[in-house]
Amino acid sequence: MAKILDKPRYKCALSAMQSVQGMNRIIPVLHSGPGCAEKLSNDIGNSGYFSPNIYPCTGINERDVVFGGVKKLDTTIDNALKVIDADMYIVLTGCIPEIIGDDTGEVVDRFQDSEKPVIYAPTAGFRGNNYRGHEQVIDAIVDQYLKPSDQKVKGLVNIWADIPLQDPFWIGNIAEIKRLLQSIGLEANSIFGYGSGIEAIDKVPQAEFNLLISPWVGLESMKNMEKKLGIPYLHYPVLPIGATETSKFLRTVASFAKLPKKKVEDVIEERERFFYHVIERFADLFLESRVMSKQFTTVADSLYSLGITKFLVNDMGLFPGPQFAVEDIPEEYRKRIEEEYHDLNYGIKADISFETDGYKIHNAIREHDYHGYPYILGGHYEKTLAKELKAHNLNVSWPVNERVIMNEFYVGYEGGLHLLEDMYSVARQRYN
Amino acid sequence: MAFNLESTDIGPREGRLGSITGYMGNLEDLASQGKCGTLQGCTRCFSQASSCLSGCSLAMLGQMSDVAIIHHGPAGCSASASSQATKLVAEQLGIKNTSVYIGTDLNERDTIFGAMDSLRDIVLEVYRRYRPNAIFVGNSCATGIIGEDIDSLVEELKDEIDVPIIAVHCEGFKSRIWATGFDIADHAVLRGLVEPPKEKRNTINFKNFFESARDEITELFARFDLKPVFLWTNTTVEEVKHLSEAVATTSICGTLGNYLGNGLEELYGVPYIRTINPLGIAGYETWLREIGDVAGKRDQVEKYIDEQRAIYIPQIEEVKKELTGLKAVLGMGPGYTFEVTRVLNELGIEVVWALAWHYDKKYENGDTPPSMEYLLENDINFEVSISDQQNYEVMNILNRYKPDLYLSRHPGSTVWATKQGTAAYFVADEYEIFGYKHTLEFAKGLVDTIRNRSFEDNMAKHSKLPYTDWWYEQNIDKFFEQAK
Repeated sequence: MAKILDKPRYKCALSAMQSVQGMNRIIPVLHSGPGCAEKLSNDIGNSGYFSPNIYPCTGINERDVVFGGVKKLDTTIDNALKVIDADMYIVLTGCIPEIIGDDTGEVVDRFQDSEKPVIYAPTAGFRGNNYRGHEQVIDAIVDQYLKPSDQKVKGLVNIWADIPLQDPFWIGNIAEIKRLLQSIGLEANSIFGYGSGIEAIDKVPQAEFNLLISPWVGLESMKNMEKKLGIPYLHYPVLPIGATETSKFLRTVASFAKLPKKKVEDVIEERERFFYHVIERFADLFLESRVMSKQFTTVADSLYSLGITKFLVNDMGLFPGPQFAVEDIPEEYRKRIEEEYHDLNYGIKADISFETDGYKIHNAIREHDYHGYPYILGGHYEKTLAKELKAHNLNVSWPVNERVIMNEFYVGYEGGLHLLEDMYSVARQRYN
Repeated sequence: MAFNLESTDIGPREGRLGSITGYMGNLEDLASQGKCGTLQGCTRCFSQASSCLSGCSLAMLGQMSDVAIIHHGPAGCSASASSQATKLVAEQLGIKNTSVYIGTDLNERDTIFGAMDSLRDIVLEVYRRYRPNAIFVGNSCATGIIGEDIDSLVEELKDEIDVPIIAVHCEGFKSRIWATGFDIADHAVLRGLVEPPKEKRNTINFKNFFESARDEITELFARFDLKPVFLWTNTTVEEVKHLSEAVATTSICGTLGNYLGNGLEELYGVPYIRTINPLGIAGYETWLREIGDVAGKRDQVEKYIDEQRAIYIPQIEEVKKELTGLKAVLGMGPGYTFEVTRVLNELGIEVVWALAWHYDKKYENGDTPPSMEYLLENDINFEVSISDQQNYEVMNILNRYKPDLYLSRHPGSTVWATKQGTAAYFVADEYEIFGYKHTLEFAKGLVDTIRNRSFEDNMAKHSKLPYTDWWYEQNIDKFFEQAK
């Protein structure tokens, strides 16, 4: 049922065009109104080999609403193949064709024999938000393009984590996750980010397993790939930030991949040594801040809200105030995710809310006693609230407006240090 | 045309103004065909994404300082809520902007059963939460097609809400011309907020986008005893109520101000300054003189012009030496394309091809846009295409003409020129070329742009273009079809 979207943290399923944009040389072809692409791309870092203003688009008009838009879709795909130099064309449907009943699948089928693959994903805005849309794109690739492979490449792992652009750190994150896995002897493949594209997609069936780093997004797609492509999966529900979680992550992956224990432990020992080499030098800063209470709040999707909560509690000894996972998580996943927020050092249980209404979130933060200046890590909307509460504020989740995040990342050992740099750069702007 | 405030909806520009989005030829031909009624716009059998008119209607209204927008549709339609642009402008100007932009997160079930009850609850809840001074309820493609009756809801809620509440019909599929959205917003304001005049004021209604020059223009008009009221960014509902009492209405862009300006003139007799726009030298002077005449301040205006000319004209002439002989291509909305071409001409730059994202054969009063008249009267002609931001057509043109400069005004467009190795200049701020001072700055900016071409050299060297060789061999109008 329709509900109030006050300070929205997500967009609609058609924003899956950003997931497609995250794959090199793969282009979305929109069967939608003329302005959907522009509206859904109000983030920086949106350009690339393609950009939203060059996506082929049927630009449905009033006449098409009455008579149907399949003919226009046919000529749009046909000519896109001639005009645009891409390796795959993913047709994404918006609201209009799905309501008026255009048979997009039938049109796309006509291009089965084209030189480049053409597939489609139903991503009408009303079908769900962009987290669901992201899954639709992965499923479309799996169901309509990929075939099971007999040849497995030893040590090859597909990684699935961020939603391109919805996660502002997606570029840096994917690269760092790849480096982490390489450090323990695995070869990581991602269909998103640097080095992605049709070759990465073609490699997917050859992987030994899929690694999903996400509380819930992509889980259905992992099950789908297990069934259709015979790829087992490891679901790691926490974005590993900092020493504790990253070491746990590497051990879990190594054990699943049956890697020699000694090598992995050596890597962990070295990485932790460096992490604490740096932390030790700055420990005074964390301990002697005159302007920070011990309590913090995250307002972010569960990937970041949970990841940051684990890090600040388990590594840094801070205490969780109310936490908000805001991507409208489907009911069936909530209990499992809540358990993760309750599984913290010293039996600490973080209070987690799945509220999507920004007004209620802000009121809950206002009502909480942080006994001092709170730290709010959230979206752009928290800036004014932070000002009102004299809180510290770091923009870590969509929408990101005043920060420029290019290759920055918070994942892993390095990422934990980056997050601390950013957090305390804010805190040091105040003195009492 | 007759403004009908009884109707909650207005037709798209295609129908009202004979506006088109597909044409290729030259300026003279475009204008003469437009005048004699033979101009037929083309459609395309292949197009790339462009813009949604709801951005030019609801998002513009949402820039006011004390209103609530409720955008009834799926979560993507209300994505504009995440924008901070207006709030930043407000902060800079020390203005309080408390407006909110709310979505209704329509889902699949709603497309079958409708969501009017939820929408009703949401409107009441927003009113309770924020106590805005006006509420605009807009629909989307999805809610428009399933027939959500926002007009009836708004009528019903008038008993429960004691501030103006107005329905805004802004389905994105209604028009390929996003500027239709400007008219839809103006219509909503004329219907729901503007009151008949009670007394005359010394104000001038000034329609613009982001009002970066608010202080500067306030100071300028003070010299002529006029007080500007900027629309719609950071405008209060109270200010809007009195628009009918102004001395005149003007706009920084003809495409933007057309509906409101003509509406206020026809409905309340407020003169609409419809000269060429205040960009460049001729534009600024023509516009100022007209304001002087309308406000009875011509002497003060002449004095100001003399004083400013003495300061700026010699400087502009100096910079012009470095620009003379350059060739440019530009792509902008028609409100700017045919204005900026005039300014480039003043600066000695030859426009080899101009793209306008659409073309209005006439404005709401039936006249050809004044910027066109000016170019024709001054024998300025160049190749023109009308193209709703079809980037592949732009790239084909740039590849053919290899100009010294590409000038554009829409986000996401300049990067493509640089990848082709062409220097690009982004005319983002609507006041970028306003008056003598900014014309000088603009000219200097152009000089800086062509003096260091490193970025476009590097971009061209390190990136591949996404278009096929086949496309670069085709004519620009390859995909044009006669409109049905």
